[in-house]
Amino acid sequence: MLMTSQVSFLINKKHEKNDEKTLKMKIENLSVYYRNFRAIEMVNLPIYAQSITAIIGPSGCGKSTLLRALNRMNDLVPGARTEGQVFLDGMPIYVPNVDVVEIRRRIGMVFQRPNPFPKSIYDNVAYGPRLLGIHSRAKLDEIVERSLLAAALWDEVNDKLDQSGLSLSGGQQQRLCIARAIAIQPEVILMDEPASALDPIATLKIEELMGALKKAYTIVIVTHNMQQAARVSDYTAMMMLSDQAERSGTVIEFGETEQIFLNPKDKRTEDYVTGRFG
Amino acid sequence: MNLALQKSELPAPRIGVIRRLWDHGDGSYRFFLVVASLLLIGLVMAIGYELWQNSALSRHAFGWKFLTTSDWDPAIENKFGALPFILGTLMTSILALIVAIPLSIGTAIFLAELAPDWLRQPLGFLVELLAAVPSVIYGLWGLFVFIPVFVRPAAQFLNREFGFLPLFAGPIFGPSRFAAGILLAIMVFPTIAAVSRDVLRAIPNSQREAALAMGATQWEMISQILLPYGGSGLLGAIILGLGRALGETIAVTMVIGNNLDLSISLLHPGYTMASVIANEFTEATSDLYLQALIEIGLILFAITLVINFIARLLIWRLARQTKGEAHL
Repeated sequence: MLMTSQVSFLINKKHEKNDEKTLKMKIENLSVYYRNFRAIEMVNLPIYAQSITAIIGPSGCGKSTLLRALNRMNDLVPGARTEGQVFLDGMPIYVPNVDVVEIRRRIGMVFQRPNPFPKSIYDNVAYGPRLLGIHSRAKLDEIVERSLLAAALWDEVNDKLDQSGLSLSGGQQQRLCIARAIAIQPEVILMDEPASALDPIATLKIEELMGALKKAYTIVIVTHNMQQAARVSDYTAMMMLSDQAERSGTVIEFGETEQIFLNPKDKRTEDYVTGRFG
Repeated sequence: MNLALQKSELPAPRIGVIRRLWDHGDGSYRFFLVVASLLLIGLVMAIGYELWQNSALSRHAFGWKFLTTSDWDPAIENKFGALPFILGTLMTSILALIVAIPLSIGTAIFLAELAPDWLRQPLGFLVELLAAVPSVIYGLWGLFVFIPVFVRPAAQFLNREFGFLPLFAGPIFGPSRFAAGILLAIMVFPTIAAVSRDVLRAIPNSQREAALAMGATQWEMISQILLPYGGSGLLGAIILGLGRALGETIAVTMVIGNNLDLSISLLHPGYTMASVIANEFTEATSDLYLQALIEIGLILFAITLVINFIARLLIWRLARQTKGEAHL
C-alpha cells in the first residue's frame, strides 16, 4: 500500500536534477564514537552539488550523528571522537589546522526543533551577516529581505520584522531558521528532520522550499518520513545498524532516490521502504 | 486474572464534591499553601508597620530632613540625621557590585561553558561553599588579613595616582568604605556566580547549536546569544547579591571604621545603616535616640523594597522580550 503512494510521487516528480554530477562533499570511512560507543561505522557517501540527498533509516541508527559530522557539530559533544575524513570541495575538514568556524559558515544547519533566538525577526536573520562584519543598515535590509523571500516567509512577516521570532507559529519559526541559515549564503545546508515537529501544511511548505533552494544550494536532509524522502530528494542513503551486538549504524545502500524506492538492491532497504521493517 | 474480583476490592466511587476534594488532599494542601503565603505577606506588612509606628517620635521631630542632614548627636543636642549612613550603605554596595559583577559573571561563564568536566564539579562546590561561610568570619579575615595585606597598599596606590579625585582623597585609613566595599564584593561574588551559573546552564542547548552552526565563535555565542537570553535571570542574580550587600551588618561593621565621616572619599572610614543599628541599639537610652535608629531601619527596609521593585520591573520587561522562553 505504502509502495503505490510512493511510486506515484516518483512518477510525478520532475527531473530537475543536474545530469552532470558534481561532487560537493565526500564522506570517507567515517566512524564517530561517543566515548567507547561507536555510533556510526565506516560510512562512505558522496554528496552531489545542487541536489537533495536524503538520509533515511530507523531510529537510533546514527542519521543525525552522520549529519552533524558534516559541519563538525559533533565536536560540541563531550567525549565525541571522529575517525575517517569528510571532504568539502576536495578539502579535508577533519584536519588539525582547519578553521571550524569557517566550515560552519560554509555548511549551514537547520535543526529538528525550530530554534530562533529570542530576538526580533529582523535580528534573527541579520545575526549571521553581522557575525561576518556587515553592519550597514541598507545592506542588512537587503539581505534580510532576500533571505526571507527565499525562505518563503517574507509575505507573512514583512510588516512585523521587529516582532520577536518566537511570536511566529512553529512552521514559520522553522522557515525563519532556514532564512537565518541562508542569510550567510552557505554552500551546503544540513537539515535534521526539519519538519518532524510541524503539522502537514507547514511540512508541505518546507518541502516546497527545499525544492526551490536546491537550485542554489546543496541540501542534505535527515528524515524519518519515507514519503518525504521520496517526494523531495534526488539521492537517498539508507542507514541501518550494521552489527546488532555493537549497535553501530552505517550506510547500507546509496543511490538515486527512484532506484532506492523502486528497485532497492539490499533486502533490508526493500523491507524498510515498503514498510515491512521490524 | 479475575478482573471482577479485583474491581470489587476497590472502594466504590462516591459522589459529593467537597468530600472528594478533602479526601484527595487537594483541599487541605491548598489550604496549607494559602495560609503559608498569606503569612508571608502579613509578615512583610507587619515589619513595615512596626518600623513605621516605632519611629514616630523621630519622624515627627525631624521630618524629611532626617534623610538629608548629617548630625548624629545623641549626647548634647539630641539631633539626628541619617545621611552619612545612607551614603555609606549606598557607596559600599555600589562598589561591591562594580567589583563583583564582572568577576562573578565571568566565573559563571567559565563554570557553565568552558570548564572541563573534572574541574566543573569541585569548582562549583567551592563557589557554593564560599556563599555559605558565615559573615563574621569574613569580617575577622577582613580585619586581620585583608586590610593589612591588600587594602592599605591598594589605597595608597589609588590615593597616589587618583588622589585629585574627591573619591580617592586622603588621608588613608585601613578600615574604610573601600575595605568594606571590596569585602562585600568578595561576599556577594559567590552568590551571584552560583545563581548565574544555574541560569546559564538552564539555557537550552539548541540556542548554543544555532549560534555555532551559523559560524559564531564560542565568545560570540556566549556574549551575543547566551547573555541576552539569560538576561533576566542574571539580573535576578545581581539583585540577590545587592540585597546581601545592602543588609550585610557584622562584616561591614568590622572593617568600615564606624566613623561619621562626611567626605565622599572611599578611602575614609564610614558608617552604614546596618552597622549603626547594630553598634548603637544597646546604648540608645533616650526614646528619641532609639526611634531614630528604628527610622534608619525603616529607610533600609524601604530602599530594599524599592530596589527589589525596580528589579522586578526590569526582569519583567526583559522576560517579555524573550517571551515564552526564559522563565527563570
